[in-house]
Amino acid sequence: MSNETENTLTRRGLFMKMGILLNGLVAIVIATPIVRFLLSSVSFGRVNPYLSWVPLGSVSEFPEGETRLATFRNPYVMPTDGKTADTACWVRRVAGDKFQVFAVNCAHLGCPVRWFPQSGLFMCPCHGGAYYRDGSRASGPPERGLFEYPYKVENGLVTIQAGELPTPGPRAALTGEKLPCA
Amino acid sequence: MRMIEKIGEWFDQRLQLAAPIREAAEHPVPRNTASWWYVFGSAALVVFLLQVVTGILLALIYVPSAGEAWSSLHALNNDVTLGWFIRALHGWGSNFMVAIVLIHMMQVFLFGAYKFPRELTWIVGVFLLLMTLGMAFSGQIMRFDQDAYWGLGIGASIASRVPLIGPATVKLMLGGPIIAGATLSRFFALHVFVIPGLLIGFVSLHLLMVLRLGINEWPMPGRVVKRATYTDEYHALTKKDGAPFVPYAIWKDMFFAAFIVLAIAACALYFGPFGPTGRPDPTIIQTAPRPDYFFLWLYALLSLLPPSLETPVLLIGPVLAIIGLLLLPFLSGEGEKSWRRRPIAVLTVLLIAITLGTFTHLADFAPWSPHMNAWSSDPVPAQFLNHTTALERQGALVFQAKQCRNCHSLGELGGQRGPTLDGVAVRLTQDQLIRQVIQGGGNMPAYGKNLSPAETTALVAFLQTLHPPGQAPARDASRDVVLGIDSHKPPAAQP
Repeated sequence: MSNETENTLTRRGLFMKMGILLNGLVAIVIATPIVRFLLSSVSFGRVNPYLSWVPLGSVSEFPEGETRLATFRNPYVMPTDGKTADTACWVRRVAGDKFQVFAVNCAHLGCPVRWFPQSGLFMCPCHGGAYYRDGSRASGPPERGLFEYPYKVENGLVTIQAGELPTPGPRAALTGEKLPCA
Repeated sequence: MRMIEKIGEWFDQRLQLAAPIREAAEHPVPRNTASWWYVFGSAALVVFLLQVVTGILLALIYVPSAGEAWSSLHALNNDVTLGWFIRALHGWGSNFMVAIVLIHMMQVFLFGAYKFPRELTWIVGVFLLLMTLGMAFSGQIMRFDQDAYWGLGIGASIASRVPLIGPATVKLMLGGPIIAGATLSRFFALHVFVIPGLLIGFVSLHLLMVLRLGINEWPMPGRVVKRATYTDEYHALTKKDGAPFVPYAIWKDMFFAAFIVLAIAACALYFGPFGPTGRPDPTIIQTAPRPDYFFLWLYALLSLLPPSLETPVLLIGPVLAIIGLLLLPFLSGEGEKSWRRRPIAVLTVLLIAITLGTFTHLADFAPWSPHMNAWSSDPVPAQFLNHTTALERQGALVFQAKQCRNCHSLGELGGQRGPTLDGVAVRLTQDQLIRQVIQGGGNMPAYGKNLSPAETTALVAFLQTLHPPGQAPARDASRDVVLGIDSHKPPAAQP
C-alpha cells in the first residue's frame, strides 16, 4: 500500500517538483551575480589591480640622511572616500637616489608609527613596537620590520608603488623576512 | 469603556491573538524563579529595544559616508537639539547591553539552565552573545573617528593572518584595498540591517523556547537532571508550586528593566556621548588609538602575548572558545544544576572574570605603550639633579633628548614599557649599564648607533646616580680588587 503511494506520481506532485526545480534554477541564476558582487573587492589573479605608481615629490624635498613624512592620495579611490584615501608614509633618503619608503602602519597591528630623529627610532603608540632607522625591528611585539614600498626615482621625482593597506599577512608569523609593501 | 471593549473584540476576531497571549502571560512558573536573579534576560531585551529606537533616531541625521560621517556626528553632538543625548543613550545602551548579556550568560551557566531540555536555548544564546559583540564592534566603527579608523586597521591586520585566505579576507572586510568609503558603508549595512535582523530572529527563537520549555527552576543541590524524567518532574513542580508569570514574577523584571533604562539615561546625561575623537584622516599620525571598553582586554592580550604565540592565539582561541560554549550543553546536559555542587563551574566563571578584569584594568593605563610625548613633556624631577656633576647633568639631557623617557619612568613620570629607572644603579653596574644602553636587549632597542661615546659616558654617569639615598649602587667587586679599592668603605654619601 505504502509502496503504491510512493511510486505514484500525481499531476500536482509533478508540478510541485517542477516548481522546486524551477526555483532552484532561478536561485542559482540570481546567486551568481550576487556572489560576484559581494566578492568584487577581492582581486583574483596574479596582477594586483589596486597597485600603481604614485609620485611623492621631488628628490630635493627629502634631505639626505633624514626621514620625512610624505602624504599621497591613494591611486584607487571611490567618490565617498573623503580624507580616508589620503595616506601617509615615511621617506628616508639614505644618500643620493637611494631611498627607503616605509608605510606608517606598524607591522604588528597597523597603528601609525612615529619617527624620532633624536634616537633614530620609529615607535608605535599602541603596543610599543619599535624599529631602527632602516625599518628593521628593534623591539616589541612586531615579528618583522616596517613595510616598505617599492620606489623609483625618475626625472627627479620619487615615485612609489602603492594602493593597498599593508597588513602583516599569514606569512609574517612563519618567516621573519622583509616582505614588499603590497 | 464599552466602546474600547468592542474595538478590542473586533480586532481579536480577526487577529485571534488574545488567547495565545493570555496563555503565554499566565503560564505557570515555579514560585522560586520569581527572583532578582532571573531579571537579566528581560533587561537585555529591553535594552535591545532601546538600542533599536535610539539607533533609528540617530539614522535620521547620521550619514554613513567616509567623507561626511564624522561631520554628521559633530552635527548630532552640537547642532541638533538633544542629538548629543540620543548619541549618549545609544553609546551607553551598548555598554550596558554587553554587560547585561554577559551577566545573564553567567547566571544561566551557574544555575545550570543550559542543561536538558534547554540546550538549544543556550546555543541560540551563544549566537546572541556573538551578535551583541558584533554590534559593539561595528558600532565603534559607526563613530567614524581616529579610533574607528585605526581599529579597522587592527582588525584588518588580524584578519590578514588567516592562512591562505588572509589577504582576500582583508579586502572583503574593507570592501577595497584600503580603509575608506566602502568600508564604512559595509559596516553600516552590518550594523543596521544584517546583524539587527538576525538578532530579532534569534531573540524571538530564544524567547519562544523559554515560553515552550518553561523557565529554569531554582536549582536545588541534589535535584539531578535526567533526560528520562526531567520534563515530568518540571511539570509536576509547576503544578504543585507554580504561579502565573504575570503578575507573580513579571513585576521584578519590570522594576529591574526600568532601573536599567534609568541608569543608562543617567550615565548618558552625566557622562555624555562617546567621541567622536579626531577626524579619520590617515595622514594625521599623532594618534594613539584605543579600543572601546569591551575590547580593552583584547588590547592587553595583544600586547602581552609573546610574538610567536600571537597569531595562533588570535586565530585559534576564539574558535575554541565558541566551540566550547556550543558544546557545553552536550558535554554536561544532565546532572547537578546547583552551583553548590559544581565547584569547577564556579571556578571557571571566577577565572574568566578575574582574567578579563585584570586585562581590562591593565589596558586602562596600558603600561606597554610608550608615552610618545614624555621625552619633551615630563621634566627630570629636581631631586635627581641635586648635587650632580656637569657630566651627570649632561647625561640627564641625553636621557631626555634620546626619548629614553618614553619607555622609562623617573619619579613615576614617563612610559612604563621598560622598567622604572629610579633605582637602576642598584640593579646594574657601570659595565652592565653601558652594555644595556649600547646593545639593548630584553625588549630594548640597541642605542649603539645613535649615541656618541661622549653621550654614552654622560648617560651612564647619570644613570649611576639613580639609587635611593640609603642604598649603595651596584658595583663590580672584581674591579675593586684590581684597582685596589677597599670595598668595605661606605660609598660616597648621596644626599
